[in-house]
Amino acid sequence: MKRIYLPLTGEIIKNLHTGEELLLSGTLYTARDQAHKRLVEAIKKRKRLPLDLKDQIIYYCGPTATPKGKAIGSCGPTTASRMDRFAPILLKAGVKAMIGKGRRSAEVVKAIKKYKCVYFLAPAGLGALLSTKVRSKELIAYPELGPEAIYKLKVKDFPVIVGIDSKGKDIYK
Amino acid sequence: MRTIKAGTISKAVSELCIAANLVLRKDALKALGSALRKEVNPRAKSLFAAIIENANIAKDERIAICQDTGFPTIFVEIGQEVKIKGDLKKAINKGVELGYKKAYLRNSIIADPLDRARLGYTPCIVHIDLVKGKRMKISALPKGFGCENKSRLKMFAPTADKSEIKKFIVETIKETGPDACPPFVVGIGIGGTADYAMLLAKKALLRDIAQAKTKLGEELLREINKLNIGPMGLGGETTCLAVNILTYPTHIAGLPVAVNISCHALRSASAVI
Repeated sequence: MKRIYLPLTGEIIKNLHTGEELLLSGTLYTARDQAHKRLVEAIKKRKRLPLDLKDQIIYYCGPTATPKGKAIGSCGPTTASRMDRFAPILLKAGVKAMIGKGRRSAEVVKAIKKYKCVYFLAPAGLGALLSTKVRSKELIAYPELGPEAIYKLKVKDFPVIVGIDSKGKDIYK
Repeated sequence: MRTIKAGTISKAVSELCIAANLVLRKDALKALGSALRKEVNPRAKSLFAAIIENANIAKDERIAICQDTGFPTIFVEIGQEVKIKGDLKKAINKGVELGYKKAYLRNSIIADPLDRARLGYTPCIVHIDLVKGKRMKISALPKGFGCENKSRLKMFAPTADKSEIKKFIVETIKETGPDACPPFVVGIGIGGTADYAMLLAKKALLRDIAQAKTKLGEELLREINKLNIGPMGLGGETTCLAVNILTYPTHIAGLPVAVNISCHALRSASAVI
């Protein structure tokens, strides 16, 4: 299986193909429904963002609380389609990849092609297994959102499948 | 009369919430094992192996099977000869809080559905049924919302035939596709009223999948597995592990049919006090 060291570059993304299985190592940022709503509102109002989105990977995930002695709790992907209404704006703002589960809208596929990004699928419903691939978790923004806050995750050999590549080829089509 | 103290109920609910979220149901695990054995698609085969590995890690490491530890839903059957000392609903909610905090489960409940403010572990949903006897049976069903979002209800005409009902159920699974963590266990409620059919569909998920087999359920299972959705929606022999059906008498003017889909992490636990 191909190993990818983050951050993603244009060169790496160009060579990723739909259906390929990869192991990611490096930094991911979690964000789901409420964090997306806030980030997009901030972008629209030209406010300062709590993190630099350029070249980053957003992981659609709301982990459980962290058990004692562990880096993170259960941390699988959530349904990506709920983020479809926000994704094109974040991709325009510099986000290079998204990790989630399930299908994406035609608008998201179009934005992926336009900004040369990628959508990864993480194995769905395997939060316990994926927790063993996370080395650290750090709170970045919106602590009042609890599991929906933005966390910085350092991951090692985090398994994903390319769901939509930069040419817009969709694994579900 | 037999007296059961509120504290005993809280303790039982707490333990059930932890057991349900950390230990995958035996019947689900067994069905996943046979799905793995009969799978021919290599990717689906490795995904089935990963689903089983995930359940083992959760059990051994005491970590939630899935990060979505659900909307805690508690079913209580109370014998009519039981007297409860204390506040039953408070005791159940206290038990949920205790269990969820102790096992590091997720606080996914928002107090106001519209302003999305005030996050917590409770209130849970409680279904109470009064039955004969002097015992109390408690079941916890912490179902995630990825699959709950795919629930459907259709009020059929009383003259509708079985093929129309089957078509509606299979179409619902087809539309759900990869989004709700297949392979699924499908709960079906037929009859009653709109609200009661939905409750039956959820209750059907509590039943042991090896023991709940019906002729209609097996026919639906075969049809759904022809859809080739498979684990993660990437194709495979098994899209559905089981179809559990509960029925109830209904009105001469209608035929409600409800669908409640569970992801592959079918979680519940029961105890009798």
